[in-house]
Amino acid sequence: MGKVLRFLTRTRGTDKLHITDMLTYLYLSLGVIVMFGPVLWLVLSSFKTSAEVVKFPPRLLPYRQETIAIEGYDDPLPIYLVTLDDGSTAELAQIRRIGLERQLIDPNNPGEIIKARLEATEPVEFVSFNLDNYIEGVESFTFVRYLRNSVVVTIFATLLTLLVNSMAAFALSKYQFRGRTTIFLIMISTLMVPLSVVLVPVFLVITKVGWNNNLLGVIVPGAATPTGMFLLRQYMLTIPDELLDAARIDGASEWRIYSQIILPLAKPALAVLTIFSVMWRWNDFLWPLIVLSRSEMFTLQVGLNSFQGELNVQWHLILAMTVLTLLPITVVFAFLQKNITTGIATTGLK
Amino acid sequence: MTVQSRGKSIKDIYDQVSSGILNFFVSIFDFIFGTLQRWIGIKGMPYVFVLPNLLIFGIFILFPMLLNFVYAFTGGTNFFPDQRPWVGTANFDQLMTCESFLDPNTCREDLFWRAIFNTAGYVVFQVALMVLAALITAVVLNRKIKARGFFRSVYFYPVLLSPIVVALIWKWILQENGLFNGILVALGSDKAPFLVDAQWARFWVVIISVWAFMGFYTLILLAGLQAIPADLYEAASIDGANNWQTFSKITLPLLMPSMIVVLVLSLIRAVQIFDVVFAFTGGGPGTATMYLVQYIYSKGFASPSRQFGLAAAASLIMAGVLIFLTLIQQFAQKEEA
Repeated sequence: MGKVLRFLTRTRGTDKLHITDMLTYLYLSLGVIVMFGPVLWLVLSSFKTSAEVVKFPPRLLPYRQETIAIEGYDDPLPIYLVTLDDGSTAELAQIRRIGLERQLIDPNNPGEIIKARLEATEPVEFVSFNLDNYIEGVESFTFVRYLRNSVVVTIFATLLTLLVNSMAAFALSKYQFRGRTTIFLIMISTLMVPLSVVLVPVFLVITKVGWNNNLLGVIVPGAATPTGMFLLRQYMLTIPDELLDAARIDGASEWRIYSQIILPLAKPALAVLTIFSVMWRWNDFLWPLIVLSRSEMFTLQVGLNSFQGELNVQWHLILAMTVLTLLPITVVFAFLQKNITTGIATTGLK
Repeated sequence: MTVQSRGKSIKDIYDQVSSGILNFFVSIFDFIFGTLQRWIGIKGMPYVFVLPNLLIFGIFILFPMLLNFVYAFTGGTNFFPDQRPWVGTANFDQLMTCESFLDPNTCREDLFWRAIFNTAGYVVFQVALMVLAALITAVVLNRKIKARGFFRSVYFYPVLLSPIVVALIWKWILQENGLFNGILVALGSDKAPFLVDAQWARFWVVIISVWAFMGFYTLILLAGLQAIPADLYEAASIDGANNWQTFSKITLPLLMPSMIVVLVLSLIRAVQIFDVVFAFTGGGPGTATMYLVQYIYSKGFASPSRQFGLAAAASLIMAGVLIFLTLIQQFAQKEEA
């Protein structure tokens, strides 16, 4: 027990690999499998054919059957490894299957038809990362439209979030005015109450404004995020007021002070908010689900959900579309992981 | 050399164009806000700056919150508040009428109570597992290890995935012919009804939500661990403290503030669980994984006769719980400070 607990504390100054270090790396490699494994399994599976996807037990890698084009047949013929009556084996191409029997031909000698029972045949397969699922999925899933909607929402919502919140944060951090504390407190107190609690009235407001099935209904309401405003305000408080006074003496308008002094100085905080806003909006599900009911306005997340809810679940397409949906966020993470993790650790934002 | 100079010129053009566009907008805004400032004076400008935020906030967050009360105290199936009759506390009465509060079957609104029991069970197990897993991971990541950044990202990566993607990944693994059943059969066991059996479904909902959110809490705890001064550990080792003593007497007490934040945040989030489960099990099998927010959603949006009053009343009850939890957090943080 003592040895197990030892790895709960730091090792200092020793370079030799202690049992606790081994436990640490064991835990960490287990973590890699548990955290990445499911995603890797998804990616591997997304290359499987529709027939392979429903096969049990599942295989790790995506396989495809070898085929061969033979003169006289329109489609390429699938190849099987056949155990012949005399015990020898041969790779033969199937021309048709009748009940429990396959009719095959030798590619080198297409004239003669050989019959073999199912048990005596085995498909000849090779590992293939074929993009068929992706191509078919993009076509049948109206992926491009959903992608367009998601991109529009993410970009414009993030721009609006940055503008609106930085303006409010500027006012709340750099001016003394009547109602300042009240406004700030009301905003902060609503941090406690999540969207899920006000679903019904929010839907009413959206309907009254006429933003049902309109991307504006997804973009605008979430733009005034108290979290983002609070983050920016805290950062702007650290910018010295003397800078503003100096600019005023030089005759700068308040807007100029905001756009040319405050915004450039608040860049680190703005960067954090940008990353988070992009993540929030790209992954957002509940709000678009309520606002958007016509499928041509769906974002990727809502589209993916309705796609998997269809009666005839086409897993091979869903898997490919899921990979495409998580790809952008994965790429962003790969490049910005340091900013994201330190951003969260220091601001407690999510 | 030519490549370099060409790259430079493209960058120059890009810089010029983007700064040109930016300047264009800046000068338009300069003009508008400059005129505005001459008109209302410098004292009025802060109001101009908060106005856009306040408008959006007021219309889409604050006003709906107030409106929720109107819905909760009015009845009928009409959507527009002015056409809804005042019913007093009838909605709350309907939710709270039970012969025995321990048995959802005896309640008038049995679904609501099922959702409450499901949510309570989920919250207890999920939060306990989450805090434990995040704590162990944070402590391990805080050791002197190679490639800490990489391992930190490994645990954090699922946090970035959308609820739908998380649900689909796990549905694919747990489905009847999925990876886990494949492994079970390969080990000589029978297939397990992971998504069909109520207890299994509840179990996996806990597991996948811990999988998906753990990295976030790990980061908070890791930041807390790194804030503990190293000389404390040196002093402890000079005094001959063993590892368990160091952990229980130094690490844990000093980590308490972060632990409380993690505990309360994960509690608040667990009470609100919805989207992952909605896409993962749809509340099923039966009502086994139907949680509170899904009850609200289904009453207000998915059931054939939309019972907005019930949905609003249920959400007010939930808001009460959430505000209570938040106040605990505020209180705990004040205590620490």
